[in-house]
Amino acid sequence: MASEIIDLTAAELATKLAAKELSAEDATKAHLDRISEVDSDVRAFLAINEHALSTAREIDARRASGEKLGELAGVPLAVKDVLVTTDMPTTSGSKILEGWMSPYDATVVARCRQADLVPLGKTNMDEFAMGSSTEHSAYGPTRNPWNLDRIPGGSGGGSAAAVAAFEAPFALGSDTGGSIRQPAHVTGTVGFKPTYGAVSRYGAIALASSLDQVGPCSRTVLDSALLHDVIAGHDHHDSTSLTDQWPSMAAAAREGARAENLKGLRVGVVKQIQGDGFQQGVRDGFAKTLELLVAAGAEIVEIDAPHFEYAVAAYYLILPAEASSNLAKFDSVRFGLRVTPAGGGTVEDVMSATREAGFGPEVKRRIILGTYALSAGYYDAYYGSAQKVRTLIQRDFDAAFTQADILISPTAPTTAFAFGEKTKDPLEMYLNDVTTIPANLAGIPAMSIPVDVAAEDGLPVGLQLMAPARADDRLYRVSATIERMLEEAAGMPFYARAPKTPAKGGAK
Amino acid sequence: MSKAKLMDFEKALELFEPVIGLEVHVELNTKTKMFSSAPNEFGSEPNTNLTPVCLGLPGSLPVVNAQAVRYSISLGLALGCEISPSSVFARKNYFYPDMAKNYQISQYDKPIAENGSVEIELANGRVVHVPIERAHMEEDAGKLTHVGGSTGRIQGAEYSLVDYNRAGVPLVEIVTRPVFGGEADTPAIASAYVSTIRDIVIALGISDARMDRGNLRCDANVSLRPRGTEKLGTRTETKNVNSLRSVERAVRYEIQRQAAILADGGSILQETRHWHEDTGATSAGRPKSDADDYRYFPEPDLAPVEPSRELIEELRAQLPEHPTLRRRRLKAEWGFSDLEFQDIVNSGLLTEVETTVAIGVEPQAARKWWTGEIARIANERGVDAGSLITPANLAKVVALVDEGTLNDKLARVVIGAVIDGEGEPSAIVQARGLAIVSDDGALIEAIDAALASQPDVLEKIREGKVQAAGAVIGAVMKAMGGQADAARVRELVLERASQ
Amino acid sequence: MSDISADTVRHLAHLARIDLSDDEVAHLTDELRVIVDNIAKVGEVATPDVPATSHPIPLSNVYREDVVADVLTQEQALSGAPEANDGRFTVSAILGEEQ
Repeated sequence: MASEIIDLTAAELATKLAAKELSAEDATKAHLDRISEVDSDVRAFLAINEHALSTAREIDARRASGEKLGELAGVPLAVKDVLVTTDMPTTSGSKILEGWMSPYDATVVARCRQADLVPLGKTNMDEFAMGSSTEHSAYGPTRNPWNLDRIPGGSGGGSAAAVAAFEAPFALGSDTGGSIRQPAHVTGTVGFKPTYGAVSRYGAIALASSLDQVGPCSRTVLDSALLHDVIAGHDHHDSTSLTDQWPSMAAAAREGARAENLKGLRVGVVKQIQGDGFQQGVRDGFAKTLELLVAAGAEIVEIDAPHFEYAVAAYYLILPAEASSNLAKFDSVRFGLRVTPAGGGTVEDVMSATREAGFGPEVKRRIILGTYALSAGYYDAYYGSAQKVRTLIQRDFDAAFTQADILISPTAPTTAFAFGEKTKDPLEMYLNDVTTIPANLAGIPAMSIPVDVAAEDGLPVGLQLMAPARADDRLYRVSATIERMLEEAAGMPFYARAPKTPAKGGAK
Repeated sequence: MSKAKLMDFEKALELFEPVIGLEVHVELNTKTKMFSSAPNEFGSEPNTNLTPVCLGLPGSLPVVNAQAVRYSISLGLALGCEISPSSVFARKNYFYPDMAKNYQISQYDKPIAENGSVEIELANGRVVHVPIERAHMEEDAGKLTHVGGSTGRIQGAEYSLVDYNRAGVPLVEIVTRPVFGGEADTPAIASAYVSTIRDIVIALGISDARMDRGNLRCDANVSLRPRGTEKLGTRTETKNVNSLRSVERAVRYEIQRQAAILADGGSILQETRHWHEDTGATSAGRPKSDADDYRYFPEPDLAPVEPSRELIEELRAQLPEHPTLRRRRLKAEWGFSDLEFQDIVNSGLLTEVETTVAIGVEPQAARKWWTGEIARIANERGVDAGSLITPANLAKVVALVDEGTLNDKLARVVIGAVIDGEGEPSAIVQARGLAIVSDDGALIEAIDAALASQPDVLEKIREGKVQAAGAVIGAVMKAMGGQADAARVRELVLERASQ
Repeated sequence: MSDISADTVRHLAHLARIDLSDDEVAHLTDELRVIVDNIAKVGEVATPDVPATSHPIPLSNVYREDVVADVLTQEQALSGAPEANDGRFTVSAILGEEQ
């Protein structure tokens, strides 16, 4: 019974819960049991919600009393630890916040509670979302369920791995330069970064304010769309929150899943983010997907985005600059760690000692880099110039979207790499984000869906799809069609190919 | 601290031309803070006027208070500034424990208001136009209390306590351009300027403007240049100047201090200095240097402020009368002589007098009490007179005089008691038994006794030498402990003497 | 090549209030040189005629009405404090003057 429950998608769970064929308590218990079973290997969770079962029971009671509940009431959910929660500690993967309890809930968490989703726990991440592998988590890395020797991606490796390992049907993530999409790519799952401002950032611990966006991840397109509908919409606590009335993403996904073909869809392939430098299996997966799209009637357009080659550089100026300021609040005064140097010291000494002890090497590296980029005398050359590159990249996208309805690329240059492979050279780790960064710089929606398994290592390969700002529904529609076509071709959904027992020492 | 060497003020002016620049911070009296919905209230229990935003809690985000923007635009307009069609918030990054985020949200290269001018009028009748460079919106910091050590000051303290209630209170910082040509009037220009800003924000109703509570704070930049030279001298910035009186004193002090150093061949250190009301001196603070790298950048959590032309015009139409025009009008309405009116303006008590008159007090009486007894006490204690007593309480005292319950001497006692927090005027009169004796029987008894003991005086009065009655009146007033109406006593003395 | 020296890193670490060890300073100096050399290329295309973008989706005049909400209790405010006394956050002595 339990293993059947965890195989269900969020949409399927919701249907059974609504029909009272399944209780929220059983659904929650099945996932908690799965976590007990596999998380000592996967290590996706930093904290488990001790109120999960009682929350589920309350939902069951309300349903039994005839109360009309939301579509997803009783479905379990994993929450990235970047989001503050009142009933579980929030650390953002950092020692400096170890054990910290927030007195308020992030808006997206509050909305999930209001929709009667059941938070199972908080998922691991690179410290303050700085990284592409979870190797920068102060609490140790999460491991890829497809191969426990490989990284689960980052920063949201915990959420992606939890979903891939059937520990939760869907999860909340955050994406500053690919932190939802790249983990989806390496774990064979779906991850969606909404249009900047579509989802509230209130209560999402800021990395880079002008790039951060909260979004869903899951095993299917529809499940992400369902969660997207719960969390999206204006929030007066976030001044960058859009006031748009959004169409239902779930409706778009369902519509896409029913579509017969992709006739009339213009699909742009960006020259600058694919090709020679990419791993063979990634290129093969992308090529196969292109064939599939052509067969489905889509028109393929080659897109030249000349400024994309400056995207990584601009990103690694803007992000550290904003992060250096955002992380200044971790100073030992109001919350979090306090380290007093031997023999006491002034408040300045205490702050400096605390930040030295509480931040990991990647966080320090980026704070120092960001402080440099903003320093007097360097602002125009670095931060100022990076903001201009941002304009140029937006213009590249504007031009591209006159020729294509969506853009596609491989989600990342490689499949899941091995632990330690890129930690020695920060620059190499940064270049791993080359495909995902442009969407954040421009604020447009982008997602990753699993499309293939690389022949050489048996690891999943994702396809990135990008659309103009505010056309989030377009991505759900098209990706749902592609997902259905892939499922028809393979005879099973992609997630069914994931190893049921997290694989040690190789997926093959 | 060692006492600095000062040059005689007149001598300093002979050798140097003083140039000042003033930065005035105005706390707005909105209901909530600049970027959070926490109450903007003075005097609450520590750390109770907070939302996650004020504490810089992880994940929290600022949202701009619409009312604070409207107030800032109104203030910009009242300062004769242009309102920027697009102004931008920026982060000023530096670590200090009273600042929850370790950056202050302020405005940098795109302030809301620029290029204004404020007309001020000095006691000697001189009119000066102070050029305004900019006015920008920002947030206040929390409050530190230093514990341990001998003085309660920052030096020598063992630890400090932080209350973030004030953190995030809306501020407008008004920055002047350098003010040249003030010469001997320079200190007076500084205080008249701050006084005019105070009048403006009170008239706009956008600030409580109480300097003693820090609603209005002034930093004074002072520099000297030798006569006949062009280049501006190195300036110091004196902070913590928290009364109109100390603005004038601090500027004067800095001119004298800097002149002494320069005349000795020394050079001025560009630094922050602190004004000490008690010693009437400034002391060195943080040296200003290139190390002050605030790493300003546009605040990514906030959108630009782009007020519509309609909004600006609507606010312009609602602007109150300019303080200078208001002065001319009030002087005419109250029928005061130049001297009488200047007396009020110089004391910075125009608003207090106006409010008191508005309650129904005769202008002369309002002037007399504010610029007399209340100003005297304020002077004695080194505080602003306006902070001592409310116009309403003064009006109650004056009413007690008018109805004959108090004479001037007793009224002074009551005012002193109100200032010392003994309660309402009528309650004080009751509690202290201060009312004058209006019972003629008691007075007559005392008069008869006095006349009996001074038969020669009685004789003189009867001979028509009325001025001789003074001795009897004095004796009676003494016997009554001052609690009698001297005029009535005089009447009764003449009456009894003629019998 | 960038002009980053160990002293630059120490100065930046002071501005950022991180008490880096000498070892960290040495590492970061090398790493920062490489990173900065690679990201400095933004200057190649950032010509004066290109406007800067600070917000990906530009908005303006985003305001809140002047109404009290979301107020924390003193207990909530102090709940995460490493040290508190008399309803206030406690910090070590402050060297230097108030800003």
